[in-house]
Amino acid sequence: MTAMPLLGPLAAAAPAAAAEPRPLVRASGLTKRFVTGGSWFPSRRRVLTAVDDVSFAVMPGETLGLVGESGCGKSTLGRCLTRLHDLSGGRLEFDGRDIGALPMRRMRPLRAELQMVFQDPHASLNPRRRIGDLLAEPLRVHRLASPSEIEARIAELLASVELPADFSRRYPHELSGGQRQRIGIARALALRPKLIVADEPVSALDVSVQAQIVNLFCDLRDRFNLTYVFIAHDLAVVRQISTRVAVMYLGAIVEIGDVDAIFEAPRHPYTAALLDAIPEPHLGARKARSARLPGKEPPSPANIPAGCRFEPRCARARDRCRKERPRLEAKDGGTLAACHFPL
Amino acid sequence: MTDRILDPLALPAAAPPQDPALGGAKEASSGPWATAWRRLRRDRGAMVALAVLCLVALACAAAPLYASAVSGTNPFATNLNGEVTIDGTAQPVLAPSTTGLGLGVTPIGPTWAFGPYMLGADNQGRDVAARMLYGGRNSLLIAGAATLLTLVFAVAIGLLCGFFGGIVDGVLNRVLDVLWAFPIYLLAISLSIVLIAEGLTIGPIDIRAGSLWLPIAIIGVVYVPYVARPIRGQTLSLMRSEFIAAAIALGVPPWRIFVKDLLPNIMPRVIVLVPILLALNMITESSLSFLSIGVQPPDASWGTIIQDGQGLLYSRPIVALAPGLAVALTVLCLNILGDGVRDAFDPRAKVRIA
Repeated sequence: MTAMPLLGPLAAAAPAAAAEPRPLVRASGLTKRFVTGGSWFPSRRRVLTAVDDVSFAVMPGETLGLVGESGCGKSTLGRCLTRLHDLSGGRLEFDGRDIGALPMRRMRPLRAELQMVFQDPHASLNPRRRIGDLLAEPLRVHRLASPSEIEARIAELLASVELPADFSRRYPHELSGGQRQRIGIARALALRPKLIVADEPVSALDVSVQAQIVNLFCDLRDRFNLTYVFIAHDLAVVRQISTRVAVMYLGAIVEIGDVDAIFEAPRHPYTAALLDAIPEPHLGARKARSARLPGKEPPSPANIPAGCRFEPRCARARDRCRKERPRLEAKDGGTLAACHFPL
Repeated sequence: MTDRILDPLALPAAAPPQDPALGGAKEASSGPWATAWRRLRRDRGAMVALAVLCLVALACAAAPLYASAVSGTNPFATNLNGEVTIDGTAQPVLAPSTTGLGLGVTPIGPTWAFGPYMLGADNQGRDVAARMLYGGRNSLLIAGAATLLTLVFAVAIGLLCGFFGGIVDGVLNRVLDVLWAFPIYLLAISLSIVLIAEGLTIGPIDIRAGSLWLPIAIIGVVYVPYVARPIRGQTLSLMRSEFIAAAIALGVPPWRIFVKDLLPNIMPRVIVLVPILLALNMITESSLSFLSIGVQPPDASWGTIIQDGQGLLYSRPIVALAPGLAVALTVLCLNILGDGVRDAFDPRAKVRIA
C-alpha cells in the first residue's frame, strides 16, 4: 500500500544481528487484506487491510509481545505467521525458509515447528473428542510416536502442563477454562515446536487463572527453549512475559523495542496512551504523560488515513502528520517508532 | 522482568488453586452421545411418543398376521357380494343403501370386536382395519426411506458446500436454488403426475410405474434443499471455529479434519432433523396418496384409505377418520420426539424445516 522500504526496521537491527544467529521469523512487508461483499457488484466490494506492510524479526529464544487495541490486526498477524491465512503480500521467512507462499499441503510438515495456542479454550478443543485423543492427534498425524508410545507421551504432555494423567479420558466440557487452555498448550507442545504463536491465550480466562497460565508459559519457554510471539491486549501480561514488544495500531506496527524501553520510555504517542490507560494500583502514582487517547474510535481498517494512521486521534498531530506517513525508524531511547514528532 | 506478576487475588503461592474436579473422584466421564441419550431418556414426553411410535410400527409390521388370523379376508381383493357372520347372524358386507337417494351401497359398519371388520368395510367390501395396517406399513416405509434418501443427498451436498466452499459451493447452491424455487407440494405433485404413468429410468435405476419407490424418490428429493441448507450453514460455521483452525495449525490433512472433526460435530444436527423429516414426509406421502398420485391401488397407504373413505363420509365416517387419526397420532408423536431429540442433542439449536 505504501512505499515503505521493506528493510527499514530490519536494517536498523542489523548491526546487532551480525553476530547473532539468524532470526527464527523474519517478516517483511507482510500484508493481509480481506475483501468483503461485492460478489455480484464489484463496486460494492470493500477492501479491509487488516495487516498493512508489517516488517519485523523474531530471534530464537526471544518472546515478542504483540499489543494493541482489539481490531488492530494483531490476531490476523498471528494467523498470517502460522499461515492459517494466506498472505496478500510481503515475505515471510521461518527458520531460513520462505513460507510466505507455500501451499497448504507443503506447509503441513513444517507445522510441527510452528505451533499456535488459541484465544478461546472453549472453542479450540473439539467437544466430541477425549483429551487423550486430542493430544494424540498431532503425534499420529506427524508420526512422532508409535501407538505403544502414545499413552506415555500423553501423560508426559499432561504432566508438563501440570495436569494429572487421568485427564486423558475426559472430554473438554468437563474441564475448567484454565485446564482447557493447558490442554491447548500441551497440544502445541506435542510437536516440540520452535515457535509458538499464542493468540491472546489468557484473555478469556479468570484473572487468577491468567497468572498461572502466564507463569506456565514462562516455565515452558525455559524448559523447551521456545520462542514465542505472544499476542495480548493486557499490558501487564505482556510486560511479564516479553523480551521485546511490538505495538500495533490499525494494521501496522507503530513502535517496537525492548520491553523495558517500551514501558519506561515510549516514543510513540499511541504507546504512551496505551500505557497511560493501565490502571495504577496506587493513587497519585499516575505518571504525567503528554498523550491521552481521545475518546474516538480508531478509523476503520477499510479507510486508513493517508498520512500517519494515528493522526486523527493524536494530540501532537501537525500538518506533516496528515500528509506524510511516518516510517518505523530508530529513535533515541532504543525503540523503533513510526512518528514524526516522537515523545 | 522475570518476577511473577502479582496475583491480583493474592492466592498463596504454595498452594496452586485447582479445581475440585482434579481429585479424580469421577470414574468414567460420559461422552456427548451418552449424555444426549441420558437427557433423552429423562424426557418423559419423548419417551411416551417413542413408545407409541414403536407400537404403531409393530402393529403395522404385523399386518399380514392380522389379515390372516383376525380379519380373515384379503384386504387387497374386492368383496362385493361377501357375507360376514356377526352375533350369529349373517350380514352382507355391502348392503344396499337405505338412506339418501337410495343409490349405491353402505358398507358394513365397525363391529368394534377383535375379529372381521373391526373398523367396518370400505366401498369395495375390504376390511378397513387390515388395510389400515398394510397402509401404515407403506406410509412408514415411504416416510422412512424418503427421509434416508433426503439425508444422504442433503448431508452430502451440505458438507461438500461447507467444506470446499468456492466454486463447489456456488454450483451446488444454484442447483438447490432451482429446487427451492418451487413450492414443495407443487413440485411433488408435478413430479408425481409426470412420473406416475411412465415410471422413471435414470441409468441403472429403473422404477416401474406404480412402484412404491416412486413416491419415495419424489418425496426424498423435494426436501433436499430444506435440509442441505442448514447442514451447509452449520458446516460453514464449524469450518470457521477455532478447533478446525487448531487442526489445520497442527498440520492435520483435510480428509482427516473432515472425518475426525467435522463429521462428529455435524451428526447430532443431522439426527435432530430425522424425526421432523419423518413427520413431514408422512404428511406429504398422505397428501400425494390422497390425490391418487402417491401409492397406487391395490396397494394401500393411509392417504389412499382417506380417499376411499371420502365418499362414505356421511354413512361410514370411520373409513376416512381412522387413517386420518393414525396420521395425526404418528405425526404428533414424531414431533414430540423431535423436540425431545433436539433438546437432548443440540439444546441451543433452533431447528426448522419449511
